[in-house]
Amino acid sequence: MSKTLVLGLEGTAWNLSAAIVDEHDVIAETTATYKPLTGGIHPREAAQHHANHIKEVVGEALKKGGKDLSAVAFSQGPGLGPCLRTVATAARALALSMQIPLIGVNHCIAHIEVGRWKTPAKDPVTLYVSGANSQVLAYRAGYYRVFGETLDIGIGNAFDKFARSVGLAHPGGPKVEELAKQSERYVPLPYTVKGMDFSFSGLTTAAQEYVKKHPLPEICHSFQETAFAMLVEVTERAVAHTGKSEVLLAGGVGANARLREMLKIMCEDRAIEFYVPDKRFMGDNGAMIAYLGLLMYKAGYRTPVPDSRVNPNYRPDDVEVTWR
Amino acid sequence: MAVIASGAEAVVSLEGDTVIKARIQKRYRLKEIDETLRRERTRTEARLISEARRCGVPTPIIREVVDFEIRMEYINGIALKNVIIPELSERTGELIGRLHTCGIVHGDLTTSNILFKDGKLFLIDFGLAYLDKTVEARGVDIHVLFQTFESTHENHEELIEAFKKGYGRTFSGANEVIERVKEIESRGRYA
Repeated sequence: MSKTLVLGLEGTAWNLSAAIVDEHDVIAETTATYKPLTGGIHPREAAQHHANHIKEVVGEALKKGGKDLSAVAFSQGPGLGPCLRTVATAARALALSMQIPLIGVNHCIAHIEVGRWKTPAKDPVTLYVSGANSQVLAYRAGYYRVFGETLDIGIGNAFDKFARSVGLAHPGGPKVEELAKQSERYVPLPYTVKGMDFSFSGLTTAAQEYVKKHPLPEICHSFQETAFAMLVEVTERAVAHTGKSEVLLAGGVGANARLREMLKIMCEDRAIEFYVPDKRFMGDNGAMIAYLGLLMYKAGYRTPVPDSRVNPNYRPDDVEVTWR
Repeated sequence: MAVIASGAEAVVSLEGDTVIKARIQKRYRLKEIDETLRRERTRTEARLISEARRCGVPTPIIREVVDFEIRMEYINGIALKNVIIPELSERTGELIGRLHTCGIVHGDLTTSNILFKDGKLFLIDFGLAYLDKTVEARGVDIHVLFQTFESTHENHEELIEAFKKGYGRTFSGANEVIERVKEIESRGRYA
């Protein structure tokens, strides 16, 4: 049986990554990461970074396994417009020059599918938490449905915003996590769950205020505990509502040990399984784009160039899923 | 005493014709967060269940409230999610219109939290309800319900249209709220 090989390009925000996968494994993966000198991610600078590095990143990946590719997949959205456009342009050029199909994939769904590929999870409720995205998703009747999501900013952005305001460098999440370990005192912060949705902007503003009167580690601890309790609560409600018996954690914020611990406890108490992919598949990576591209390629999806325009607000529940 | 429902947040059991809703401890979150949430939610829930009934929204009658526990009347009905048709969605709209007119936001409007009994709809589980007269809060309330329609019912567009009809009938600010729902749906999830 001949193997299917797909090249995937990811570049929705800070990370540019190209990977080649087959049905079983990652054959090659090359990455170049944009690091802002000051402040947070500047969309145009990030796009410039991607433009400067895409040739070497794709070239390296192709050198390691670029023979007999079946298709080129790329993140069509959601993401930062300038970054998406840069990477989409490269993907179109590659597909046309190699004369193979182009496949535009949804970035959020790629996070879920790579988790189903690289963990034993089959039909999980997924908590997807990254800089810009915070969603609770589950599959039902041909779509990945969004059961709950942020009403304003993503959890990672909330961390970064708070961290920047107290002088910590980007990305703020890991630094807040470290500082949080130094305190066990809890300062009550706004806990906002509305139905299945959550909100982080009020929490972030309150934390920025309280830090004037309380030691930083105390606020970091309280910030984390409050934000994660909200995420875990909604995840648990989605599990209860759907009756599913697995939880999958996806996205860069999934690296946080306290969040993992809280989800693990929740799953233990409900006697369901909890899965976390290896770190390399948690944050944005080319392998997940290549893998979803492969699934879609085999299911017959093609994205003709005229339909390959990027969509910065591409929602996972807009994609009809026929590969499952 | 028999457990009749075990949700994400509470265990609901039946003792004679009394339902006991006990908010359960969550080990994953800090004790401070856990107890504050459970105590506040229990009290608010009991208060708003009674308030809603006074506003013409059928709800269970409250008998007693202690710590993390509410004892109330048992409604022996069937969840709306199992019987929903456009006509019932329209009547749900009327119900929520009355609730919003009264200043109450349910906070967890799902088709599991509306019961159908003897031709009548009852609203239950006010666990996340609060008092709020802003367009935003009402919009989010309805956005949550529409999301349940979309995520669990195939004919969701029909149900949404029927709901709007009923909602507009009992609540004068309906149009503005429905407009806001559209905006909430399209709001910058990637900002």
